[in-house]
Amino acid sequence: MNKSLMKDILIDGAWRQNTGLVVLLGLCPLLAVTNTVINGLALGLATMLTLMVSNLSVSALRGMLRPEIRIPAFVLIIASVVTVIELLMHAFFYDLYRLLGIFIPLIVTNCAIIGRAEAFASRNKPLPSLLDGFATGLGFCITLVLLGALREIIGRGTLLDGAGMLLGSWADHLSLTIIPNHPGFLLAMLPPGAFIGLGLLIAARKGLENRKANHQSAEMESKEPLGEQA
Amino acid sequence: MSSKIHPKIHPVIRSSLLLGAIALLGTALLAGVNNLTKERIAHQERQRVLQQLNEIVPVDSYNNDLLSDVIEIREPALFRSEWPVTVYRARKDGEPVAVMMITTAPDGYNGNIRLLLGIDVNSTIVGVRVISHKETPGLGDPIEIEKSNWILGFNQKSLQQPDNEGWAVKRDGGNFDQFTGATISPRAVVKAVHAALLYFDAHKQAIFDQPSMVTETDE
Repeated sequence: MNKSLMKDILIDGAWRQNTGLVVLLGLCPLLAVTNTVINGLALGLATMLTLMVSNLSVSALRGMLRPEIRIPAFVLIIASVVTVIELLMHAFFYDLYRLLGIFIPLIVTNCAIIGRAEAFASRNKPLPSLLDGFATGLGFCITLVLLGALREIIGRGTLLDGAGMLLGSWADHLSLTIIPNHPGFLLAMLPPGAFIGLGLLIAARKGLENRKANHQSAEMESKEPLGEQA
Repeated sequence: MSSKIHPKIHPVIRSSLLLGAIALLGTALLAGVNNLTKERIAHQERQRVLQQLNEIVPVDSYNNDLLSDVIEIREPALFRSEWPVTVYRARKDGEPVAVMMITTAPDGYNGNIRLLLGIDVNSTIVGVRVISHKETPGLGDPIEIEKSNWILGFNQKSLQQPDNEGWAVKRDGGNFDQFTGATISPRAVVKAVHAALLYFDAHKQAIFDQPSMVTETDE
């Protein structure tokens, strides 16, 4: 695997083809758990792990998988992986498990995972597939954290509330109160707030892309007159 | 690798066998992991219950095996919920010390609020904790100890202190605070705690005398 391919996979997964903001897959967990940063981060990490393991397994088995049974085979693999992760979390990260509850099994229904299995892992070698799982998971995780931060600040006036539940009790002092005596803004905490927040994030990403594109075309224009003079 | 399977086998059968093999592999993996983690998970669950119980009733105030001295009460009309009420009984040298009841407030803003409450043998509340709820984050969730100290307001309360009128949120003329923008969640908790306290006070003897559902535990 050469460097430029690695870079392409990373940038595609985390930015150009960001699951949450561009491809708009996996919105169910994305919108449901992102009312705080910590919830978003925890589900993001679990999803990232699932993506990596499922991509790796699908890629390893890709020679055996016949086209007509590939989708049910993917579902079987992903469901097994998620259940294993759920059991391990239940046994070894009990607080984290209690925090995320029902949303862990729901990772199975995240279309992004079967999407990456189909579009990438079933056509590529294990190592690039693993990297693709990591990049896609990273992009998804960042989206969850950003949306969580947005909703937590607006909805409750805090940031990183409950960090201790995810990272251990040393992290309790990471919790910040951004707006003291915040009365609570219900809209941001409920599902409509998630949709509005996601809309804002998509717009912000698009805005950044447009600015970059404008910048590039402006640069090209400024070079052209020079060419004519010569 | 499909070439390993004899090419004359019908494709449908070949595909079915492959899918079956993957299913078998997945099942084996899950069974294995389940076997490895099941004891630890059960242990974690018990530890969690015990930890919650001990948060309310101190470890040194009793010396029986709390988790195996337990009964269930089914009084749907009184507790306004179909869920049975679980009662753990703490005793010191056989003498009743306190009970810990797991009860349900059915009328939260988003359904059931599961509560753990400790009542000592004099019908005074030792402490209340929320076990699970689906109240709105940021509005109804200050009932959790992690979010606010509101739930500590039940400590040392009894049927005399406050009186019957006082067992309500302030908006209903009672003694307990509600939250800004949320009255329903605290109201549901106050009502459920009051109901449990009334029941305990009236049936104290019977609660302690009833034989335990569990005779022994694995610990």
